[in-house]
Amino acid sequence: MERLTNRSKIVVNKQMTLAEKMYLPAIANGMVITLKHLFKKPATISYPEEKRYIAPVYRGQHVLKRDEAGAERCTACGLCAVSCPAEAITMTAAERRKGDEKLYREEKYAAVYEINMLRCIFCGLCEEACPKEAIFLTDRIVDVSGNREDMIYGKDKLTEPMAADKRIDVSVRQTQEVLDFKQNKAFGHNRTHLDLAKYIQQKNHH
Amino acid sequence: MPKVTIDGQTIDVPAGTTILQAARMIGGDIVPPAMCYYSKLKTSGGYCRTCIVQVSQGSTADPRPMPKPVASCRTNVMDGMVVKNITSPEVLEARAGVVEFLLLNHPLDCPICDQAGECHLQDLGYEHGKADTRYEFERRTFEKIDIGNYIQLHMTRCILCYRCVKVADQLTDGRVHGVINRGEVSEISTYIQNAIDNDLSGNMIDVCPVGALTDKTFRFKNRVWFTKPADANCTCTKCTGKVRLWFKGDEILRVTARKDEYGEVVDWICNECRFKKRKLSDWVIEGPAKVNRHSVISQNHYESLRAIQFDTRLQTAVLNGHKSKLGEGPLNPNNL
Repeated sequence: MERLTNRSKIVVNKQMTLAEKMYLPAIANGMVITLKHLFKKPATISYPEEKRYIAPVYRGQHVLKRDEAGAERCTACGLCAVSCPAEAITMTAAERRKGDEKLYREEKYAAVYEINMLRCIFCGLCEEACPKEAIFLTDRIVDVSGNREDMIYGKDKLTEPMAADKRIDVSVRQTQEVLDFKQNKAFGHNRTHLDLAKYIQQKNHH
Repeated sequence: MPKVTIDGQTIDVPAGTTILQAARMIGGDIVPPAMCYYSKLKTSGGYCRTCIVQVSQGSTADPRPMPKPVASCRTNVMDGMVVKNITSPEVLEARAGVVEFLLLNHPLDCPICDQAGECHLQDLGYEHGKADTRYEFERRTFEKIDIGNYIQLHMTRCILCYRCVKVADQLTDGRVHGVINRGEVSEISTYIQNAIDNDLSGNMIDVCPVGALTDKTFRFKNRVWFTKPADANCTCTKCTGKVRLWFKGDEILRVTARKDEYGEVVDWICNECRFKKRKLSDWVIEGPAKVNRHSVISQNHYESLRAIQFDTRLQTAVLNGHKSKLGEGPLNPNNL
């Protein structure tokens, strides 16, 4: 039969020699490889005592931010859920009751907000879609779990603590420039060619 | 029959037709948007100015152009009239200005508003690149008015199109709401806090182009684009019973009237159909409602496999001259 490539090996059922039958050379070879590895630098690190370098653009576990006064910014508009390509986000909205003005910034708030961390692909489209600057991906690593239920993160795990010293810093990626960039509708999802032309004109003018 | 040319397309229309109606007879992109005009409501139109067009030739008898853009919903066609809508940059610029004026006092609280996703003002703003505002002053605010158990009034979002008032005037007897005050402080209100409990009052929700009048039973329940619309009917003594149901799973979250391509109600429905019948057994479901695929409502809704008509020559070309072995059965792409 015609051979397709010259890489194929022809299998022969030849008898092994006595030395080969005793497997001693093969064992010795293996032991040499093992011994070599003993003196090599290990590929693993002992996390969490030791931590690897995380790139500044790393996108990890989400946070639902509060505003300066401590009220939740999220208003359950559903734009993160509709933009999510993995369909990992679900939410239930509720109307703010009288007296809860300090807890929720807007008239409507998310009573339930869940992200399925098993589905999430950490693309960051949710934070891009968010009109309220409420959801951000942080540099925190999502904890592992032995069961699927624990990987559905609710508001208890996502919302940042109210105490000023326990707030979660997102300024590494969310610099002032990035926030300004997001505010500029010329770059947003609702850009029209007119906006872009205007922006370019302004930029050239300056 | 007067002959009118709109953006290069000529049509014969009956005398007394407005430019907007003539454009709708032609159809397509040249139809001016309308925020206050409603073909099913008499005397509507003329308030919002979004439908302005340029008349570059008045008529065959008097071919002079009209000096400034005219409201197409209130201007009747003349024989030999030439109208420019999307072919005129001035019209588009003027309309963008109108949109900005409509948004002056609008709170832009779309993330909270239940109308978001099916809001005509939102569409209009995006189409004209006016999703943001330049207005820096305090917007007008109103005291909250409760107008009954079924309808939520958000006066801050209102653009004073008067459609709901006309619905109350023309559909129901003895209306209890209207526009009070004048100018900037004018507002939709009920007479001494009357509750609106007429059988057809729910139609005000459907005619409202913005989120000023919304369904209280659907308030904050879900975003429009997470619900699936289906057409359904029932036997009703008060209305035709032809409605659109908005599902989340098996649950009916909202019932509205069916709307045509211009967002206008096809058949008025009664309050019992709209607010009370929320069980699946109340309705005979006709099938999924057709949603424009550019609409956010069709986002993440997967329709059934569409039949793809393969060209048999292309098929044999792709298969290196072999014939498809799928046969004539259902697996053959031609039989899907």
